[in-house]
Amino acid sequence: MKKYTVILLVADRHGVLTRISGLFAKRAYNIDSLSVGRTHMNGVSRMTIVVECGDDLLEQIEEQLKKLVDVLYVEPVIDRPAVTRELMLVKVGHGGTYSDSARIIEVINVFRGKVVDMAPDSLIVEITGQEEKLNAFLQYTERFGILEVSRTGVTAMLRGGSRTN
Amino acid sequence: MELTGAQIIIKELLHAGADKVFGYPGGSVLDIYDELYKSRGEIRHYIFADEQGAAHAADGYARATGRVGVVIATSGPGATNLVTGIATAYLDSVPLVAITGNVATEFIGRDSFQEVNIVGVTMPVTKHNYIVNDVRDLQGTIREAFRIASDGRPGPVLIDIPKDVQKSVTEYGADAGTTVLDNTENRRESFGLNKTEKERASGLIKNSERSCLDGAIELIKSSEKPCIYAGGGVIIDGASRELAAFAELIGAPITASLMGLTAVPYDRSYFLGMAGMHGKYAASKTVAECDLLIAFGTRFSDRATGDKKRFSDGRKILQFDIDRAEINKNIKTDAYAVGGIKEILKALLSSKELRDGIVNRAAARSEWRAYAKRLKSSPENDIERSSKRLPPKFVIETVKAAFGGNIVVATDVGQHQMWTAQYFGFERPRSLVTSGGLGTMGYGMGAAIGAAIGTGLRAVLFTSDGSFHMNLNELATAASYNVPLTVILLDNNALGMVRQWQTMFYGGRYSETALDRKTDYVGLAKAFGARGFQAEDRAEFSAVLSEAVKIKTPCLIRCVIDSDESVFPMIPPDGAIGDIIIR
Repeated sequence: MKKYTVILLVADRHGVLTRISGLFAKRAYNIDSLSVGRTHMNGVSRMTIVVECGDDLLEQIEEQLKKLVDVLYVEPVIDRPAVTRELMLVKVGHGGTYSDSARIIEVINVFRGKVVDMAPDSLIVEITGQEEKLNAFLQYTERFGILEVSRTGVTAMLRGGSRTN
Repeated sequence: MELTGAQIIIKELLHAGADKVFGYPGGSVLDIYDELYKSRGEIRHYIFADEQGAAHAADGYARATGRVGVVIATSGPGATNLVTGIATAYLDSVPLVAITGNVATEFIGRDSFQEVNIVGVTMPVTKHNYIVNDVRDLQGTIREAFRIASDGRPGPVLIDIPKDVQKSVTEYGADAGTTVLDNTENRRESFGLNKTEKERASGLIKNSERSCLDGAIELIKSSEKPCIYAGGGVIIDGASRELAAFAELIGAPITASLMGLTAVPYDRSYFLGMAGMHGKYAASKTVAECDLLIAFGTRFSDRATGDKKRFSDGRKILQFDIDRAEINKNIKTDAYAVGGIKEILKALLSSKELRDGIVNRAAARSEWRAYAKRLKSSPENDIERSSKRLPPKFVIETVKAAFGGNIVVATDVGQHQMWTAQYFGFERPRSLVTSGGLGTMGYGMGAAIGAAIGTGLRAVLFTSDGSFHMNLNELATAASYNVPLTVILLDNNALGMVRQWQTMFYGGRYSETALDRKTDYVGLAKAFGARGFQAEDRAEFSAVLSEAVKIKTPCLIRCVIDSDESVFPMIPPDGAIGDIIIR
């Protein structure tokens, strides 16, 4: 089992997300993460799905996705350079003293995160990067006391001139 | 021209050539039925006893004729009653358009009377489905639905139309114009997915001509013991003639899946019939001993392959299918090409490289083919030695002899279905209508009626006491329309197939399979307005059948058979040819 990233363009139509998640459910494929948003093209949304599977199953996932009428384009990212990023918001609690928050901010700086909200007893960090980096950040900040985590799921784009439209 | 949604539905049904439709009226489709009433000279609607029966009828109509079957049902329970019928069509790639009414858009999502989210319910068992919330999208949606249902690998499509959309008025032209759907299709094309599946698939053949088709030809040339395995794709694409020519060219015997059984007339010496769990001995053995299995339009169902590892070991697998997703799904292939089966066969037949290369191993292959023919006439291939008063094989062969080839055979699901597949000896593509993938008991009554209506031929339904009780209400439908339907009911007073498994694998503990029904079948047939007969031995059956042949209206013959009749041969689940149980 490996993790693969699959890029999809879909028609922005009624039920399209259900169709795709329904396909994964009925064929027992594992979704690791799924992110979706509009594109610069009217009526076209873009999804990035991270799946956990073997090579054989990846071929099936790609071909089954292509059969959905609302799916416009499918590109599994294999053996090609791609940028993959995820955004995460983390609410970290602290004791309320300056030295507590200073220690946390030091860690945030190392991970190139940003403090986007500061309350007397907690702060919210915004951090982007590859999944591993985000996991490492969570692992490190655990000692301060994590109150909430919200992750967008991975989004991806091939490098260079190759165009997934 | 300004038309209401309901009027547009009728216009578009006619545009699609659907002049016979099946269904059941109700509150949310009153407007559609009002228009059906006004158009009754152009469209014939058949009302069934239950929406499930209507869905199976549309399916039987489609399988027997090759046209798209249409079923109409109301919202809520009407729509959910369709689900088994839609799933049956989905699993066997049958082109079907299901039209459901729904509550008016302002009532949707409020748990209104007879409201159900049928688009959500049917999403996993349709090729695609729609809810039309704007009457302006209706015409384009219906056209698109018919196209999707029949294009490429066929399948069911559902269109849910809220009641207010049926009543709304919009401009209607013969040309559907550019719809949202067309935009999607154009976009697919601009992103490299061709407009239609057929185009896409044939594009794949062309692009892969060097790699895929050449790889296929290479495998065929170097094979000494090739075996063709024909699936439902051969029937769907009408490729029987090309398949026979190809078998002749390369000197290969042909075997089939249940769905491909009517691809070749059974009296051809090189056609061995159905392979798999309850396949003919000769067919399963040939599949097991070949060095190259050439599969056309089949998904390698677990009922056909048994243990997948032993199925593939020791031989190459060459797969042709219109659906790319079927390649490497159940069985790993050594080479493949994607495209219409007819088109692929034509490409193979016209390949000079294949014709030139094939001569090299001609001697070995002709020996192999002779061996396959010998298997077909071997005693192991004809094992029925029942000494019972009325053996199923006798019933089926006598029916075949009495009616000849010019009928449509339908079956329900279970032992009688396998016996029919083994013994009937089909002569013509589309002459068998049976639920293979989903294995739907209760399929037969509706399907037989739909097939008879579609073809104008007599339908003979082989069923059993178990399956018949699931949808026997449709005998009333057959009687209402005077459908030429002959029901051959093999009554073993048990759920035979499950009972057989209990005998073989569950120590003879017959949990809930001894039916002990008190049904008076002859009286029941009469009560529904059909004729009823009964036979308990061979002589009685022959006598009754000779009378039934003359009857052009629905009739039923109850055949009393022994509870211990079993289906053999049998390759147990996850087994291989070595595990075959002959009797």
